[in-house]
Amino acid sequence: MSAARKGRFGEFGGVFAPETLMGPLDELSRAYARCRKDRGFQEELSRWLKDYVGRPTPTTFAARLTERFGGARIYLKREDLAHTGAHKINNTIGQALLARRMGKSRVIAETGAGQHGVAAATAAAAMGLSCRVYMGEVDMARQALNVFRMRLLGAEVVAVRSGSRTLKDAINEAMRDWVGHVRDTHYILGSVLGPHPYPLMVRDFQSVIGREARRQTLAAAGRLPDLAVACVGGGSNAIGLFTAFLKDRQVELVGVEAGGEGTATGRHAARFAAGPGGGRPGVLHGTYTYILQDDDGQVRGTHSVSAGLDYPAVGPEHAALFASKRASYVSVTDQEALAAFDLLARTEGILPALESAHALAYAGKRAPGMGKDAVLLVNLSGRGDKDVHTVQATQEAADGF
Amino acid sequence: MASKRRLSRAILRANRAGRAAFIPYLAAGDPSLAATGSFLEVLREAGADIIELGVPFSDPIADGPVNQRAAERALAAGATLPGILEMVRGVRRTGLATPLVLFSYYNPVLRMGPAVFAQAARAAGVDGALIVDLPPEEAGAYRKAAGAAGLETVFLASPTTSEERLKLIARASTGFIYYVSRLGVTGARESLSQTLDEELTRIKRVAAKPVAVGFGISTPEQAACAARGADAVVVGSALVRLLEDAAPGQAAARIGESARALAAALVRGKTRGG
Repeated sequence: MSAARKGRFGEFGGVFAPETLMGPLDELSRAYARCRKDRGFQEELSRWLKDYVGRPTPTTFAARLTERFGGARIYLKREDLAHTGAHKINNTIGQALLARRMGKSRVIAETGAGQHGVAAATAAAAMGLSCRVYMGEVDMARQALNVFRMRLLGAEVVAVRSGSRTLKDAINEAMRDWVGHVRDTHYILGSVLGPHPYPLMVRDFQSVIGREARRQTLAAAGRLPDLAVACVGGGSNAIGLFTAFLKDRQVELVGVEAGGEGTATGRHAARFAAGPGGGRPGVLHGTYTYILQDDDGQVRGTHSVSAGLDYPAVGPEHAALFASKRASYVSVTDQEALAAFDLLARTEGILPALESAHALAYAGKRAPGMGKDAVLLVNLSGRGDKDVHTVQATQEAADGF
Repeated sequence: MASKRRLSRAILRANRAGRAAFIPYLAAGDPSLAATGSFLEVLREAGADIIELGVPFSDPIADGPVNQRAAERALAAGATLPGILEMVRGVRRTGLATPLVLFSYYNPVLRMGPAVFAQAARAAGVDGALIVDLPPEEAGAYRKAAGAAGLETVFLASPTTSEERLKLIARASTGFIYYVSRLGVTGARESLSQTLDEELTRIKRVAAKPVAVGFGISTPEQAACAARGADAVVVGSALVRLLEDAAPGQAAARIGESARALAAALVRGKTRGG
């Protein structure tokens, strides 16, 4: 039964899709397999990444942060400096090029924090495709700036009012749209989620992060990192970083999930957390992976201060890395992430996305215990301009306004 | 429930009587499991040959707004898969003999375990199941479990299904094939596919299994049109919608009335009255 093993990472992944999508997913798999091997496509993609996205993004030695923690040398992979301000553009450029090759005139996307929606709207504008973005009503309120950016880029933003009105419901709605418009529409899924070939394809498009970071860290630090850290919502920036280091067994890989108000409270998005509060394997949005769910198999509500991490499932390759123990997964709370946001702004002059601030918070816990020769690489997956409003609101609440 | 192949036999029986089989759908537990139990009897009286029961799921990606809201109401009222099976056991005890098919997403079934689910469903009196996000390629364990328990399987086919996969779907479906007549989610459409008859001919050439048509059929006119080429016709959202809009106490009467009109429309070679 080789067909049944399609798109698997260990036991995870697969194609759990309604029948109407099976044909289009197969068409997408074939088209992507062709492009993956096609030198012309790869050269076109490289040109876009260099001339339009601004790659390679630098890897910055964070001198003052290193000094502050007094341990490992900290390097930041600067995806915040990519066009549109986050790693999401690496994937949307790749998928928009693919959509164009497949003759699709329309693209749709879901978005949580709005970074993927902005990146999809950007790629669509640059390539002359029409674009519609689905976004939960709750997320539209907390990421209003990105909603406006998408509209400026010519995309139609549709508010999703079902379920928890966040990222998972936006994916539901995008899938429903796709089911009805498969003939002329490509769905630009924003993370290493969903049915095959998405987890594989999005990983490929994001793996440029790790390829660059590995080379840059070797050049700047003279060695591979001892520890590489990235935040994990769906998990695309983390997979993008980890893939280059999978064979370097001495490099410890850690994914950081949203601990929200603490994993004991039930208000979090830590799928890999141990105990009854954590996730269990199941099927959501077309893939078999770790999911926050109740005893009846209903998907549980999640919470995070960061919209991009506020999601009940995780990319299936992360589930496989967790099962094989090649990567480990931890969580940090909203408060810890907000403190890290503040610290990076003051010590390095960089406002990180709240998603990326989760990775920084964990780095802050580990760095002091590592030797001064050790190297700690953090994926700074996006910039925090979009989060200024959220941070302001939480600071005012804390100050008792 | 003794004998096997109850689904295909119910369809064949209707076809021999000169009509397409009528398969109404309701979301189990909307507004309560007790109410659903009483609606089953109403649907039987109105001429249902098979009844499809939706298992509510938090993230129903194949459903339109009407069925989404029904699932939300059912979940809010506490419906669970074990609770639904318990309700089915109850209506079987009181004598309802109409074949029942569950329409579910995979995760609630997976949580219970496919083998446990198949045994429990069959023991409760469920005849078959359709798992909307489980294509045959991923259904190995489930099909085995269903086969062992005597639970009939129903898989979907759609206008985007290739000939090759149609054969796979026909092999995997021990009950009937459920043809999604329009690209899109469940819910009412203004018109049926213009090419439905040809599409059904294509399926029948490949698959020697009864074919039910559904997704988007809401009026007796559309049902009559689908009945020309289909062995069975499924009507879902239109009935769920009635239930949503009915004044308190009126739901059963409204559903019965609508179901009777739909069932009458499925008689072939006759113009529909009413």
